[in-house]
Amino acid sequence: MWSTTSSQKQFDPADESYETTSCDVLIVGAGGAGMRAAIESFDKGAKTLLVCKSLLGKAHTVMAEGGIAAALANIDPQDNWKIHFSDTIVEGQQLSNWRIAEIFAKEAPERVMELEYYGALFDRTEDGKIMQRPFGAHSYRRLCYIGDRTGLELIRTLEDQVLKRNIPYMDETEITWIFKDPATGAVSGALAIKITTGELLLIKCKAIILATGGCGKVYAVTSNSWESTGDGIALAYRAGAELMDMEMIQFHPTGMIYPAGVRGMLITEAVRGEGGILTNAKGERFMEKYDPKRLDLSARDVVSRSIYTEIQEGRGTPNGAVYLDIRHLGAERIKEKLPSMYYQFLEFAGIDITKQKMEVAPTVHYQMGGIRVVPDTCETNIHGLFAAGEVACGLHGGNRLGGNSLSDILVFGRRAGLAASEYIKNTPQGEVAGQDLSGEIKRILAPFKSLNGANPFDLKDRIAATMWKYVGIVRNEIDLRKGLEEIGLIKLDSKNLQAKGARAFNQSWADSMAVWNMVLDCEAIIRSALTRKESRGAHTRSDYPKKDDANWMVNIITKQKDGQMIQEVVPVPKMPPEYEALINREEILAWKKNVK
Amino acid sequence: MEKSGNQRKQVTLRIFRGLGSDRSKDRYEVFNVPYEDGMVVLNAVHYIQSHFDSSLSARWNCKAGRCGSCSAEINGFPRLMCKTPVAMFGGEITVEPMRAFPLLRDLVTDVQDNYEIAKNIPAFTPKESTDHTWIFFQRDVEKSREFRKCIECFLCQDICHVVREHKADYIGPRFVVKAASLDMHPMDSLNRSSFMKNSAGLGYCNITKCCQEVCPEHIIITDNAIIPEKERVVDRNYDPLVWIYRKITGKS
Ligand SMILES: Cc1cc2nc3c(=O)[nH]c(=O)nc-3n(C[C@H](O)[C@H](O)[C@H](O)COP(=O)(O)OP(=O)(O)OC[C@H]3O[C@@H](n4cnc5c(N)ncnc54)[C@H](O)[C@@H]3O)c2cc1C
Ligand code: SF4
Ligand code: SF4
Ligand code: FES
Repeated sequence: MWSTTSSQKQFDPADESYETTSCDVLIVGAGGAGMRAAIESFDKGAKTLLVCKSLLGKAHTVMAEGGIAAALANIDPQDNWKIHFSDTIVEGQQLSNWRIAEIFAKEAPERVMELEYYGALFDRTEDGKIMQRPFGAHSYRRLCYIGDRTGLELIRTLEDQVLKRNIPYMDETEITWIFKDPATGAVSGALAIKITTGELLLIKCKAIILATGGCGKVYAVTSNSWESTGDGIALAYRAGAELMDMEMIQFHPTGMIYPAGVRGMLITEAVRGEGGILTNAKGERFMEKYDPKRLDLSARDVVSRSIYTEIQEGRGTPNGAVYLDIRHLGAERIKEKLPSMYYQFLEFAGIDITKQKMEVAPTVHYQMGGIRVVPDTCETNIHGLFAAGEVACGLHGGNRLGGNSLSDILVFGRRAGLAASEYIKNTPQGEVAGQDLSGEIKRILAPFKSLNGANPFDLKDRIAATMWKYVGIVRNEIDLRKGLEEIGLIKLDSKNLQAKGARAFNQSWADSMAVWNMVLDCEAIIRSALTRKESRGAHTRSDYPKKDDANWMVNIITKQKDGQMIQEVVPVPKMPPEYEALINREEILAWKKNVK
Repeated sequence: MEKSGNQRKQVTLRIFRGLGSDRSKDRYEVFNVPYEDGMVVLNAVHYIQSHFDSSLSARWNCKAGRCGSCSAEINGFPRLMCKTPVAMFGGEITVEPMRAFPLLRDLVTDVQDNYEIAKNIPAFTPKESTDHTWIFFQRDVEKSREFRKCIECFLCQDICHVVREHKADYIGPRFVVKAASLDMHPMDSLNRSSFMKNSAGLGYCNITKCCQEVCPEHIIITDNAIIPEKERVVDRNYDPLVWIYRKITGKS
């Protein structure tokens, strides 16, 4: 029988009423970063509230497959934090903040062990320790993993800790605005929409940690989930925070290409980690040309560009892809080591990867840029505003190493929680100005009042197509300008969007807000890409094909000035000489010579 | 709604519409959606939202079978919308919300009770201190591993007749799987038997195995989680169902 127990208040689309609640630390996002932040902030005694757009335990992090990078040296005793540090900086093409990378590499092992102590069940070495697998551009076997479901186990383990502590959370709740005290300029609250009812909620708080993940959904072909619409970037920017290196978008080399419905879905790098081989339509192992030493396990930017080049130069498959072959591993080992991939192809594409080759092409995967933060505390330039995880910037530079994100979100999720719980101790609750609040309520309810507005779904598609076409793997001035112009037109159209129906669980309303955020993200990405006149890491320009250390060892800052978006160029913070020595290791130099 | 003259193949979906607060408005609406290669039910739902009716409510996130958000009943069978190809079915496809949970709107149900159940299961409690490196082996990991594949789609809860009828008394298959994943963790120190018998209502399960048929993660819920959990309870208390099951299957 259908249950009839549920009661649900219906909100008139025009209803401007709101409820109020309060906490010390508001954490926006319940991926790995947000949940780890919540645990820390709660354990340190701060009144903590965790909110997320999807259901608790469903965050984008669940999709992570390959593993979590930490120099535990369980398999390769030569490994240590210094080498992890140098791999991160070197492969990040020297744009990473050295202090962030140092904290990261030093603390990643502790965070992995903590996850084990929380109950995560990692694969084991022969002698009973946490197993580590090789991954693209890591010098040693460094990725701890749980089959090919590392992200799911990470989320479930942290979720259990959140539930065990009874940390207050509100899932299916979207934050739309950050309020600041008019006198002090410090964070004082946020506006939220409860998605299940459409109700509005003012959350008064002293500190906010943004852990909202990335913005992959601004591209047509992406491995990212629905919630990755770059909300955090837009929230922070509108609040006056600085963004950094927004041009750096990672294309993962291996996305599914066929059938159309699954285009972009990720094929984990672990397939290559376990021995998968890339070939073109002529059967050539083309990575021998581009990176003879590391071959298929070269850095992601290198492999993505190589695949792109093969396809562009006519050596792709009829579907516009290249092949990835793992058959030589044998059916039994494939099913044991890569069970999710086996089922993913079988169930979504009707392909048995133990018998057939996979077809793969690059897919938008990760945002290296994001909100600019202070290394030790994850604080932004706005008092009381912190950021951690994919939404924050500073660790990955021009190219993120596989596995580095899962350790990033734990290391800096914890640090943000810690710093926020300290910050609130000496901070009074700020004011939320009445006009700021009513202005925001008007802004978000506008799509319900519109009678002739644009369809937000169409605009979302236009954004995604524009970015894919003009701001892809290989860029140039003309395309970027066209992209900017098109995004400008979409921005104009987005001023009048129309949402239909009731407010509860209304996809057109959710997408209206996503469009506003995505337009802002895109503008920042394109303007930053226009600013960086060289090729470095994930940012490749056909009109400036060379890396130019003399002029572009810089971070590109995006911020507001007199209501306009501007870019500023600042030198990458200089690392102390003893750290310089770490990244000039012989073998790294030797590799770099071989990489085209 | 139907575009005539369009020669493309079409898919017809019959979709449940309704509001939790007013069940007198329950109804079904029919939509024709152009077919694309590899199309899954969730694609068709998105097409409806963007082209015909943006007020149609559905829950989803990863669109990759990883997050367990998009659970629904498709032609009466609990499935993930993002993992169900429309080509699987011949004629009209009926999409309804999960019926074991209170309806919120259209295809979306209220699954919050599940988090409350999760809170009540005695949490992982290590048997060794955390000041040293734990040593255990791959073979110790395997038993619990299967249960950790669970994406909390709650489809097994949806199909279980005990959950549907005695919601308050039985935690349901998902949570037996969870308890099993903790019980079979090599470093866990707790014995959850008395919880499973007295609070979890494990005795209500009569091993119909419906739950394991719907699990998108192919977890063998009944044979590998429920029966061993029942046996743990039997170690201390006698459960006739397990006794009968053993008799019939000859499994110990
Ligand atoms: C398919 C795939 C495989 C991957 N594999 C790996 C891997 O093997 N190793 C690795 O290190 N990395 C991997 N990554 C990258 C890694 O998973 C992500 O970078 C990481 O999980 C991001 O975590 P996060 O906590 O920062 O954010 P997310 O997990 O993205 O969480 C964001 C949270 O913010 C919430 N949110 C967003 N906007 C709002 C809003 N406006 N209001 C309220 N809440 C909001 C969301 O609901 C969600 O809870 C992979 C990524 C993908 C897509
Ligand atoms: S086997 Fe038990 S838990 Fe599974 S559906 Fe049947 S009664 Fe429910
Ligand atoms: S056990 Fe299977 S069916 Fe049940 S919630 Fe988990 S994944 Fe879904
Ligand atoms: S949308 Fe995540 S499982 Fe279907």
